Amino acid sequence: MKTISVTGKTVEEALDNGLNELQASREQVDYVEIQTPKKGFLNLFSKPAILEITLRPNPVGEAEDFLAEVLRCIDVGLEIESSDAGEQKARFDISGDQIGMVIGKRGQTLEALQYLTNLVANRHSDQYLHIEIDAENYRERREKALEQLANRLAEKAKRTNRKVALEPMQAKERKKIHQTLQNHSAVDTYSDGKEPRRHIVITPKGQENQ
Amino acid sequence: MQKELVLTIARALVDYPEEINVTEEEVDGVTVITLSAHKDDVGKVIGKNGKIASAIRAVLTAASKDRGKIRLNIAD
Repeated sequence: MKTISVTGKTVEEALDNGLNELQASREQVDYVEIQTPKKGFLNLFSKPAILEITLRPNPVGEAEDFLAEVLRCIDVGLEIESSDAGEQKARFDISGDQIGMVIGKRGQTLEALQYLTNLVANRHSDQYLHIEIDAENYRERREKALEQLANRLAEKAKRTNRKVALEPMQAKERKKIHQTLQNHSAVDTYSDGKEPRRHIVITPKGQENQ
Repeated sequence: MQKELVLTIARALVDYPEEINVTEEEVDGVTVITLSAHKDDVGKVIGKNGKIASAIRAVLTAASKDRGKIRLNIAD
């Protein structure tokens, strides 16, 4: 963490000087008043304000450093590309030969990495910063795959007039399936079982209670 | 390497990173990694319902693929 000491006639002036020096905005720093300014008499006995200004760690930077460090430990030549995803959001895309390793079964490893990175990023920040970690567009591909799966199994439920149970999925993935089939004319969806075995069941309309 | 990974993750999550300790030993063909932290930090590496610990384990298991069995203990 970077700390500098600045002076000025008033606290505001000292703060402005410090922000200039650090090239930072007011939200990025904390300060402590070391000496309270005194007006004095005809500039005699006057005291300037002295502040110690600390630059808060930048959460996106912290998160990226953390992720880079973790990938370095895993040591299979993975790379990170960061992109700006908008206000209070950041996105890191991981790529490399052994990309499957950071995705894991049903994206479990990727979820874990994303969870840990979000914890690190939000340790020092008061506003919640959301970090999305992706691996060679896995998330988008997975979403498309889930949509197709949902439609295919909905057809099956309709054709056979029987319930179709899916394999366990994370809440976010179940939501995607519910949404995909929300306006389907022939089937309904619900979730069954307890985490981490909670899964979707697709039923032909009018059969929920069987 | 696995030890270093646990150390890296744990240090980034706690208030007293210098008090994070990680040991590695081999027990019946299983690599056992034991993590200990300052008493105020133990919750920060375990999390509610062990959510953080599970995430650390998930990353560790993925990184240990092709390196045999691995277990992570958290000392309290």
